[in-house]
Amino acid sequence: MLDLKGYGWMLWQGLELTILVGLAAMALALGLGLLGAWGKLAQGRAGRWAAGTYTTVIRGVPELLLILLVYYGVPTLIQDIAEGAGHDIILDINPFVAGVITIGFIYGAFATEVFRGAFLAVPRGQIEAARAAGMGQALTFRRIVLPQMWRFALPGLGNVWLVLIKATALISVIQLEELVRNADIAARATKLPFTFFFVVSLFFLGITIVSMVVQRRAEVWANRGVRRA
Amino acid sequence: MDLAIIWESLPRLLDGAALTLEITVISVLIGLALAVPLAIMRLSPNPLLWMPVYGYILYFRGTPLLVQLFLVYYGSGQFRPFLDSIGLWVLFREAYFCAVLTLTLNTAAYTAEILRGAIQGVPRGDIEAARAVGYSGILLYRRIVLPKAFRLALPAYTNEVVFLLQATSLVSIITLLDLTGVARIIVARSFEPYKLYITAGLMYLAMSYFFILLSRFIEHRLSGHMRERPASGTAAPGQR
Repeated sequence: MLDLKGYGWMLWQGLELTILVGLAAMALALGLGLLGAWGKLAQGRAGRWAAGTYTTVIRGVPELLLILLVYYGVPTLIQDIAEGAGHDIILDINPFVAGVITIGFIYGAFATEVFRGAFLAVPRGQIEAARAAGMGQALTFRRIVLPQMWRFALPGLGNVWLVLIKATALISVIQLEELVRNADIAARATKLPFTFFFVVSLFFLGITIVSMVVQRRAEVWANRGVRRA
Repeated sequence: MDLAIIWESLPRLLDGAALTLEITVISVLIGLALAVPLAIMRLSPNPLLWMPVYGYILYFRGTPLLVQLFLVYYGSGQFRPFLDSIGLWVLFREAYFCAVLTLTLNTAAYTAEILRGAIQGVPRGDIEAARAVGYSGILLYRRIVLPKAFRLALPAYTNEVVFLLQATSLVSIITLLDLTGVARIIVARSFEPYKLYITAGLMYLAMSYFFILLSRFIEHRLSGHMRERPASGTAAPGQR
């Protein structure tokens, strides 16, 4: 059996924080994804341009670099701007907040594409019928589009979650005491790097497998009203 | 805003970008070479063939690349006496070797899964027709199944290459001076984080779009038989 030399509880605490960061970032990504999809599909040119730039830039730049940019870059940028305006401020971002914001912001771009595709998959006739029956735009979205969108969005969102939870490993570089960071500390103290990183990889594998099972159940649930050919 | 720092560090950033591209290309090529037999094994009815490949793909796709990288680079130290005795320690001592090894194993798993889907997507009729004219075994795969599967897999594979390009930024954590690594070092000395990270980000963006355009070009070349003859001089719209 694996001997963790009393560091098991530290990995356990790291796991809790990893899942917490993952869930918070996923919530943010879902919100940004809906907003981005709305921007991409709306009539306004500004919204389309903003959403287009957002998804293009995020998908072309490594997550690690974006994390470094948010954690080290943004406070300095704000300080520089404040200095230019004659104020002297010192800004420190909490690593948890920086991690959640960055990961949520990155995967919001991927969620945008998923929601956009799901929205387009809802048959146009349904929306026209809702409008004809007198529902306004907001009511049509809430009652007709959103409930059906989930069905098309679930497989894509499941993938976004699976990639997102693995990306949380990267915020160990900004010293947040999540799973990988704690394993690193334990590995250095015990000189058993393979053991600890292997256990951590099994934790992530466990999260992945559980997520896949939940996703399959959710898809069955979301498709309960659909007849299969 | 003073942009001199960007101009001064550009040569070093370009050196870093060269290493990024080098690691990407080496890992992609070896990874693809490994992925083809893996995908075929994954589809074999023999459990002795598909089960180990299934486990390998699940492990490498289900765990973070960073942890895999640490497992190889730091983890190999735990087996130093053994690796020393078989003469492999000189390799595992090098961050470059560990980085390329991990990225290759990682991309091979993702690529094998993409190819598996593509091989399954080859129409049954094509395979039946090939068998009817006497193709079987390796020749069937080489001439009919794989060429068709590669074409089907190209869009997903392009995404994988772009992801891998970005994933190479992680090698900076194990001390390599790729684009991210160089940017981090310059930031540590100059305290100008956003200017350098944004510059590096734009360079990654340019490299990503280079690969995407390259793939569109290849896709265009490979789908000539699917397009109509350019009679009126207007090209058919691309598939994406």
